[in-house]
Amino acid sequence: MSSIPTREVARRAFAHEYNDASYTFKESDDERAPVYALLPTGARANRVFVVGTLTETEDIGEDSEYWRGRIVDPTGTFFTYAGQYQPEAANALRDIEPPAYVAVVGKPRTYETDDGDVNVSVRPESISVVNAETRDRWVVETADRTLDRIEQFDAEENEYATMADEQYDPSLSVYKENAVEALQSLEAEEGEEPPEAGI
Amino acid sequence: MSVTQHAEEIHDQFSDQLDVSVDEIEERLDTLVNEYRIPADEARRSVVSNYLDETDMERDDLGGGSNETVEVTTIDRDEQWVDLRVQVADLWEPRSESISQVGLLGDESGTIKFVAFETSDLPELTEGASYALGNVVTDEYDGDYSVKLNRTTSITELDEEIEVGDDNVNVEGALVDMQSGSGLIKRCPEEDCTRVLQNGRCSEHGEGDGEFDLRIKGVLDDGGEVHEVIFDKDATEQLTGIGLEEAKQMAMDALDTTVVADEMAEDIVGRYYRVTGPTLGRYVLANEMEQLGGVDAEATLIRARSM
Repeated sequence: MSSIPTREVARRAFAHEYNDASYTFKESDDERAPVYALLPTGARANRVFVVGTLTETEDIGEDSEYWRGRIVDPTGTFFTYAGQYQPEAANALRDIEPPAYVAVVGKPRTYETDDGDVNVSVRPESISVVNAETRDRWVVETADRTLDRIEQFDAEENEYATMADEQYDPSLSVYKENAVEALQSLEAEEGEEPPEAGI
Repeated sequence: MSVTQHAEEIHDQFSDQLDVSVDEIEERLDTLVNEYRIPADEARRSVVSNYLDETDMERDDLGGGSNETVEVTTIDRDEQWVDLRVQVADLWEPRSESISQVGLLGDESGTIKFVAFETSDLPELTEGASYALGNVVTDEYDGDYSVKLNRTTSITELDEEIEVGDDNVNVEGALVDMQSGSGLIKRCPEEDCTRVLQNGRCSEHGEGDGEFDLRIKGVLDDGGEVHEVIFDKDATEQLTGIGLEEAKQMAMDALDTTVVADEMAEDIVGRYYRVTGPTLGRYVLANEMEQLGGVDAEATLIRARSM
């Protein structure tokens, strides 16, 4: 809206694509410049918004509490870690009883494992319990955003698509299939729902 | 506007109190403008100040003269005297005893905040009614403009209805953050000051007791765009179900005001909302809001399959 430094948008990506986003970069040499994860469908992500089912929480800390949560969407699992520097999110992971639908706002983080793989996780800014409707809306929205990115991939001057091409040589059809399957899973759920009980 | 026109206007403003001819005024203006190379507006200000001194009048007492009738959204300078043709779009509760009325005036171009003061002793404006307002003064705070009514303001109710242009915007997305300064807050109790106290201090008036209020500064994010939204007391209650009295009680029980924001955040962060309201600077003021539920996957599925 104006020249005020804008807040980073929270990207929407399914777990499968998110976990493939292992390449991170900065756009300036400034130490405090934002770090972006590169989504394989061609977008930079400094923040993400994720809604899924929290299936498992575990305190994996040694000296102090360090919580890991697994959040499942129709395509895979997001991993989120919260310790003393994310006290509110850590409290949430300690308190929420899985399974529960949760919404997570957070930053992409990557780390390299001993065998050279790069794992992508979410460092949470907030974790809150939401309802099934919110989860369903997220799935449809995330499918739409994913399709948007795939549509824009070959557009001229799409620098992040060019970057994704170089870094990942991604198979876009896989991410499109993910979106289709995620949407189908919603439709299937609807069909399975029992009729409203009469009073 | 020519020097002569300025002179005529000044003459109109002082004709009741001062025996001075248009020629004399024009000569004074002319000296300033053409000899001293002072911009016409400044010259006029200086001449007016001079006559104010002579007549022992206050600037607020100045009669209408002839101002320009302007559209509210074209106002982009402070301390301008203007006339408006507007409908009273909204009346708010004054936060200070010195204010008799505060709210929004609208015309076809959009809306602008107005303030009327007790000391001006003006007839009350009615919400929804249309008026010709003569001689209001523009004001600026943080880049946002408003108008002040004063004791010289003429208020004429119009038979016709002035249409209020829709400068509302409609934004939706997930509420991804509730910013600091949300929840149960305290505002400076000084007259005409509504600043939020930080650690019990107003940046303008220093230490003060403050008056409790509710507010949420939220961020709506749809994955492509980010909008900052302000929910005032009523909107906050509508959004969270927590009213001012309940919030005060919660804070009292916990001996801590932050419990209110925490509780509110738990209820709203991570949910989807659609908000409608006017923009104020970089914020959207939430007049109407609804929580968004599930959506039909069908349309997106068709889209995906057709790609």
